[in-house]
Amino acid sequence: MIHDLDTSPAQKDGLLIQIDHLTKVYQLGEVDVHALRGVSVHVSKGEFVAIMGASGSGKSTFMNILGCLDKPTKGTYLLEGIDVGKLSRDELAAIRNLKIGFVFQGFNLLSRTSALENVELPLFYCSVSNKLRKSKAIQAIERVGLGDRIHHYPNQLSGGQQQRVAIARALVNDPSIILADEPTGNLDSRTSVEVMGIFQELNNNGITVILVTHEPDIAQFAKRHIVFRDGKIKSDRINPNPKVASEVLKELPAIDEEEEAA
Amino acid sequence: MLGIIIGVGAVIAMLAIGQGAEYSVKEQIAALGTNVLMVFPGAQQQGGVRTAAGSAVTLTEDDALAIQRECPAVQYLSPGSGAGGQVIAGNLNWSTGISGVGNDYLEIRQWSVEYGAFFTDQDVKAATKVCVLGKTVADNLFPESSPVEQTIRIRNVPFKVVGVLTKKGQNTAGQDQDDIILAPYTTVIRRLSHWPNLRSILVSATSLKDIPTAQTQISELLRMRHKIQPYDADDFTIRNQTDLAATATATTEILTILLASIASVSLLVGGIGIMNIMLVSVTERTREIGIRMSIGARSRDILTQFLIEALVLSLLGGVIGIILGTTGSSIISKIAKWPTIVTPFSIILSFGFSIAIGIFFGFYPARKAAMLNPIDALRYE
Repeated sequence: MIHDLDTSPAQKDGLLIQIDHLTKVYQLGEVDVHALRGVSVHVSKGEFVAIMGASGSGKSTFMNILGCLDKPTKGTYLLEGIDVGKLSRDELAAIRNLKIGFVFQGFNLLSRTSALENVELPLFYCSVSNKLRKSKAIQAIERVGLGDRIHHYPNQLSGGQQQRVAIARALVNDPSIILADEPTGNLDSRTSVEVMGIFQELNNNGITVILVTHEPDIAQFAKRHIVFRDGKIKSDRINPNPKVASEVLKELPAIDEEEEAA
Repeated sequence: MLGIIIGVGAVIAMLAIGQGAEYSVKEQIAALGTNVLMVFPGAQQQGGVRTAAGSAVTLTEDDALAIQRECPAVQYLSPGSGAGGQVIAGNLNWSTGISGVGNDYLEIRQWSVEYGAFFTDQDVKAATKVCVLGKTVADNLFPESSPVEQTIRIRNVPFKVVGVLTKKGQNTAGQDQDDIILAPYTTVIRRLSHWPNLRSILVSATSLKDIPTAQTQISELLRMRHKIQPYDADDFTIRNQTDLAATATATTEILTILLASIASVSLLVGGIGIMNIMLVSVTERTREIGIRMSIGARSRDILTQFLIEALVLSLLGGVIGIILGTTGSSIISKIAKWPTIVTPFSIILSFGFSIAIGIFFGFYPARKAAMLNPIDALRYE
């Protein structure tokens, strides 16, 4: 089901991300590489944004700055009204911990720790009691449908399952935004749709989701499309009728059904 | 952790072997009798004419007892008297020297009895007619039977043989040291030489470096006992084995230097090994550091984690290394029949050094990674 949330970018109330005139310049030897050349984006609470573009368009750089993993060269970035550019390293770490949940293309799970411990990890870096930590982690894993695999290690899980653990880890601290950088890049089409289904469900429950992808099929599940090109925004428009993952899934041939059940 | 185990273990084993070598070489040098002093009665001086050393009648049994009593740098002392003569056992005879000695003689000469026993303090006090044969004498007088409990006649005085000495071979001057008969010095004085004074006093200092002290103490004591005026010359001579002692000191110094070099080389090698393993294993985890930072770890969270990890790994590895090093060196000493000594110093040295390196190189790359932008750490391959 789709809630008809008012997600107009212009609305100032509930404005989550306010990025103005952002530039990012990398120095590679003596050459300056302009990854971003003045980008302005506003995102409100509850949006589902797909950031698209060819490789080298600056979408990943934008994502990294959005996630406070990298700092802009110029421009302002307000996250929930806080000017991120003025924060110290530790304050940025706290923002990443509490407000942002990351999902990466390569899953980025710690290989020598179980699914549960991976999901618990963000809670180690903020003061949460041991008991609460475990119950929150289990809750998050159950939310992505992996309740029966909490003690498995990443190498015992399929790609889709690993990505779900990563999503559970992103969710565990109840973040304001989930940032997903090519989350389906390493997954087959059916599993991709399943993962998109999870994002849609989370979005329906009020979590803002920002997704970087270069696959138009995947972007169809988002409500808003921002297309990057050569470090600038080429287009920014509302997707009038986003696809619903659960419906798409029904139409797909059930080839992986057995493997998933196993 | 493997690096630290091997590093600590190797250093401990190397030091144990080195110290074992130093110990056994020192032991063997001591067996040469380097800490031995000999006191002889001095040359008589009558109006500028000096007769041979030992011609004065100055060294008495009381002098010997006084040295034993009052010179703290003296460890063992054996008064000496002597006689020569024909020795008869059954139908065989042999001409040799008879040394009258105290019952600490073997301790001073680092000698031992092969069969039977040495005579006792009681025998010395009572001037019992007992003797101990050198190997050469024993072989010549008793070619087929055991000489122990047999009787020999020295200048027609019957002596009971109580023991046979182990073979010592020639001394540096080429004399056969085994061609000797040892008897209590009191017995030799009363029964054989009939000369009331001592021919010499054999003394061992408490250690090699105490020789000069012992020499001074003996000299002062004898001058006082003999009432020699400050401007008069000694009426006795003290001889030491200067050349042997000098060799011994030099050898010991060389060994000390050798040991120090072994220790520093093995510490260096062990340290480099530990450094490499820690550097590689932590650098490999730069991505993990990136992941942790991306989900909200602060730099100090990363640093604390890696510091604790390095600490635990180093301590654990260090303890296992100590166990491995000590058992390893005891195995080496069993197989190679080589004494190994594990000292607390070598344990502290290797443990402390390895742990310091382990912690530093477990922590330093982590610190570097934690100071990176999270995205750079995350992208690290």
